[in-house]
Amino acid sequence: MKNEVLREVERIVLTLDVNGEAKQLLVPVHKTLLEVLREDMQLTGTKHGCELGECGTCTVLVDGHAELSCLLLPVQLEGRAITTVEGIARGSELHPLQVAFGELGAAQCGYCTPGILLSAKSLLEGNPRPTRDDIREALAGNLCRCTGYTKIIEAIELAADRMR
Amino acid sequence: MKVVGKPLPKVDAAAKVTGRALYADDIALPRTLHCKILRSPHPHARILSIDTSAARRMPGVLAVITGADLPIKFGILPVTQDERALEHEKVRYVGDPIAAVAATEEEVAAAACDAISVEYEVLEPVMSIDAALAPAKDEPIQDYGGPNNIHKLVALEFGDVDGGFARADHVREDVFFFQGNTHLPMEQHSAIATYVDGKVTLWSSTQVVHYVHRALARVLELPMHRIRVIGAAHGGGFGGKTDPFAHEIIVCKLAMLTGRPVKCTLTREEVFYAHRGRHPVLMWVRTGVTGNGRITAMHFRSALDGGAYGSYGVASTFYTGALQTVTYDIPAYRFEGCRVFTNKPPCGPKRGHGTPQPRFAIELHLEKIARDLGLDPVNMKRRNFVQPYTRTVNWLRVTSCGLEECTERVIKASRFHERERRAGHGMGFAISSYLSGAGTAIYWNDMPHSEVQIKVDRGGVTVYCGAMDIGQGSDSVLATIVAEELGLQPTDVRLVTADTDTTPIDLGSYSSRVTFMAGNAALEAARKMRAMLAEAVEARGHEFGEVAFEEACVLAEARFGTLTSAGSYTPPKIAGPYKGSGVGPSPAYSYSACVVDLDADARTGLIAVNKVWIAHDVGRAINPLLVEGQVEGSVYMGLGEALMEEQTFRKGLHKWPSMLEYKSPTFLDVPEIETFIVETNDPEGPYGAKEAGQGPLLPVPPALSSAVYDALGVWIDEIPVTPEKVIEALRRKEKGEEPRYGPQRFPTVPYPPTIKVEPPPGAANAATASI
Repeated sequence: MKNEVLREVERIVLTLDVNGEAKQLLVPVHKTLLEVLREDMQLTGTKHGCELGECGTCTVLVDGHAELSCLLLPVQLEGRAITTVEGIARGSELHPLQVAFGELGAAQCGYCTPGILLSAKSLLEGNPRPTRDDIREALAGNLCRCTGYTKIIEAIELAADRMR
Repeated sequence: MKVVGKPLPKVDAAAKVTGRALYADDIALPRTLHCKILRSPHPHARILSIDTSAARRMPGVLAVITGADLPIKFGILPVTQDERALEHEKVRYVGDPIAAVAATEEEVAAAACDAISVEYEVLEPVMSIDAALAPAKDEPIQDYGGPNNIHKLVALEFGDVDGGFARADHVREDVFFFQGNTHLPMEQHSAIATYVDGKVTLWSSTQVVHYVHRALARVLELPMHRIRVIGAAHGGGFGGKTDPFAHEIIVCKLAMLTGRPVKCTLTREEVFYAHRGRHPVLMWVRTGVTGNGRITAMHFRSALDGGAYGSYGVASTFYTGALQTVTYDIPAYRFEGCRVFTNKPPCGPKRGHGTPQPRFAIELHLEKIARDLGLDPVNMKRRNFVQPYTRTVNWLRVTSCGLEECTERVIKASRFHERERRAGHGMGFAISSYLSGAGTAIYWNDMPHSEVQIKVDRGGVTVYCGAMDIGQGSDSVLATIVAEELGLQPTDVRLVTADTDTTPIDLGSYSSRVTFMAGNAALEAARKMRAMLAEAVEARGHEFGEVAFEEACVLAEARFGTLTSAGSYTPPKIAGPYKGSGVGPSPAYSYSACVVDLDADARTGLIAVNKVWIAHDVGRAINPLLVEGQVEGSVYMGLGEALMEEQTFRKGLHKWPSMLEYKSPTFLDVPEIETFIVETNDPEGPYGAKEAGQGPLLPVPPALSSAVYDALGVWIDEIPVTPEKVIEALRRKEKGEEPRYGPQRFPTVPYPPTIKVEPPPGAANAATASI
């Protein structure tokens, strides 16, 4: 029997800044950011595909950079600005990437979409005029099984165009 | 047309891009318990005992169940009810479920699974087609089928095959192998169940709520009206969520025992064990042709490595032989198929279900025949194209067929015949066809395959249908058709779908059936509603469309009372008069043609695909944006299968049950894809529409392999086409051996006596005459 998981788990109080809102949490130290977002903050827009850092589905932004939330521990992240898919629209006005993804059919089942939107946002913030190769390179860690990637690339180009 | 044919965004686009769509694992209900499943570490073993006492004593554990709690067997096909939600007698693959725990925390459930002790008597695993055909060392995997580990055998002959070969100027035989691969949906399977007031409710990531509903009723021994199955937002299926699964039954049983909601989300490793993916298929084909390449007869044999259970396997077996005649006009055809059991996760339907493998074999085989005869392969294939509005020798009814136009488009756009030759560069061409929905249901019945209800109230339109949107856009198709008929926009239409309590039946998202079947049901319901609205408006001296929709609704409700309408769709009864004829018929077939352009490096064997041109006869594009998305996604998945994806095993273990090691194409691997939508307006499709989601995958692997031959002069007769195989084939070529990598032989299979089927009247006559 694995008794270690049954003992009282160590919990920690910490404050996370997610989508511009500071929230104080009491979480087990071993919980990943992905788990805390989904289970303790009800931010289920962030998805999971492997929980091993292989698929990119759980991508969020940490201080504007795309990171895999399944490989991050919240204890590392106090004082950092975390952005999830729920935080990229302005009120009820969608982000240009969200608009373009909808218009061009870049989301089919939509499960990889939140992670891809955040990787794309991170790219465009550093590089407002990405080439196709820049997009492919920046998104290479995000798998999608539905679209064949084509419409995603087109949507990122369209959004980049509109954001300039 | 106001909305049909327009590239409008999907009706659920906003939910998908905001993270608002609720997938099964996103559903959080108060007091939810977490479920973990103990799975077999052995590929083949008898279970001697299961001791759950330690697990039951652990704090936080509320229930532990084993096969004794769910003894009734189930399976997607009525003829192969061979699975249990939990096995307590025997395990048949690494990953076979044995026991399940419901606990307050996921970690506690996992620890409780570790605390269950199982005593096994390990049996010799059977891991290949050859091993399955030989007598079992210990015992067969299943207690049905046979001889040895054979699951299913079939032998059919249509027309005079021996005569066809006798008439041929040239006869060629080849052997091919298509390795198995898996769907790899981004979303792991997940299910959550409640049990309230004697009624089970299940939310699941499934493609087929109706078939899950049926399996639950059987195993839980509850009437169907006490079970409700709801399709949650769906994170990718590709055929992989088309069986009823153990975890779906388990969470219902645990909810019944504990009275609390129970959720189970598979880990990525477990998704590889759930599988039901592409069958590995070994194929032998012999074809006779005239001097100008016209086919006189074909004999095709397949051997499918089925894994441990039946799943859709009987249908998959027939599908390896059924559609050959729907692409090429084959005047005489013999098919012998065999599926074997092995100690691996069960194979089932993956995009194209049983047809990409023979497509690969047939296309390469015809390429070789053309070269034997010194003919241009494209022109020789064209000479054999099936013609629209004909019946094939195996009784399949072909209606609209855009093969010629599809071919014209890709050959012209790719400059296939005008290109300049350079070392290492190659192009390959292939065609395909696929069903717009299986013409027969999984279980025999005379009821409609799809039903739609429409309610109009205070200007609001709600459409009810059991169809499950798995990302392909079936909700958008329903909304678009209803909007078109009622003069609205798709976003004006509310949808209630995939819920067995509130929606009328649709058989689900498999066999590319939804646009055709649910689309026709929606069209019928919408036209009835429009007729009511129009009658009420006309009674006031106006034309429908002249008054505001809201006003028309008021007039119609005042005239008729509650405004509801219904439509349903039953496919035509067109199956041939022979056993096995239920697999293959479809109300319409889609057609595709594809050209792959690549560079192959003779030093490393690496293949860089430069571009893919693909034309798809979708009948009529109800939404061209979504059709393009389906075509591009199919090409992507076809390239993944052609170049890298394989589900393989070593010593009974899956070699790579992870997303890193199971190679699939990334953003960096997918070339430019140029899509041409060809419209042939099928007479029976809604507005002429046919399927788009599966057919365009099929021509990609053979076109790629042909392009490798074009580039390097070596045949890779095996999927995937990996650098190792290319290098080995080049080495053989250098040594003066056959410039080829692929299987050397087809095993001896004890096929039953061939059932000879008289071709339908008129079939193949035209073909025979033109030879």
